[in-house]
Amino acid sequence: MSFNLQESYKQMNEGDVLLAYKGSITTELITNVLEVIESKLEDIRTASAVKKKVYNVLVESLQNLFHHIDELPEEIKDEFDARFGVLVIAKESGFYRISTGNFIRAVKVQQLKEKIDKINTLSREELKDMYKFVLNHQKLSPKGGGGLGLIDIAKKTGNKMEYMFHEFNGEYYFFNLSVFVTLSEN
Amino acid sequence: MESIIKEGTPKTPSIRFDAELGIVEMKGRSIPENSTEFFKPLVDWLDEYASCPAKKTLVNIHLEYFNTSSSKCILDIFKKLEVIHKAKNDVVVYWYYEEDDEDMLEAGEDYESIIRIPFELIEVDD
Repeated sequence: MSFNLQESYKQMNEGDVLLAYKGSITTELITNVLEVIESKLEDIRTASAVKKKVYNVLVESLQNLFHHIDELPEEIKDEFDARFGVLVIAKESGFYRISTGNFIRAVKVQQLKEKIDKINTLSREELKDMYKFVLNHQKLSPKGGGGLGLIDIAKKTGNKMEYMFHEFNGEYYFFNLSVFVTLSEN
Repeated sequence: MESIIKEGTPKTPSIRFDAELGIVEMKGRSIPENSTEFFKPLVDWLDEYASCPAKKTLVNIHLEYFNTSSSKCILDIFKKLEVIHKAKNDVVVYWYYEEDDEDMLEAGEDYESIIRIPFELIEVDD
């Protein structure tokens, strides 16, 4: 097996970690994480606009994760929780970093990669236009996803998203996404 | 027509839809994983309200946070209100945002540019 989850998780845990989690991503977990982070942010001396951004971007990151987790590869079903995902929120020099990771089917990799690459090239104005267009023209999926999460994250953070697709086996990849909220605003 | 009054929760806003007074109000945060479930009854209510609206409908939206899933449902609500406005009824949207919250201001401007109803963007203190 070329991809090592422990190793990847360790790398995600660099910096001053506010919260790290690996396991089942459920609505209850999301509620709890948001509560913990909100109270931690309260204690940190950062401009309230930055705190709001961190919270907002965290909501989207978690819900993206929630909506897009695929069933686990057969050979590791016993080893991992159902709806397995990882989440790390860390403070680095100049940024809050929110990193997520989840298994996705190999067939989805290309499309997702192209979507992120495309979003990463867009200017703020272009992101605004794209957001408005998708908001006005795309229907919600039955699960409640709107195709807006990544666009919203890019628009709100103003920073490029970083990602990695680790090949797990022929059918599955482990997808790591990191987004960054700049600390120095205001 | 019966009003809808709902208390806010950590993931859903407080709601006050009052047909008699012509008030449509949403406050707090709207970040449920599945927003359709929460908003469907509100959109249905507006459908019914549209057949016999108050002379003037005041729409107060004062949200601290909302997720992208909610953003579509909020647009649906505005689209229903647009129909009421088009039928020559008075409708005004008051969109409140906290003074340092540029994202919320921008969200209000986005809706204002999509929906043909008079919009007031109102800055409030934290």
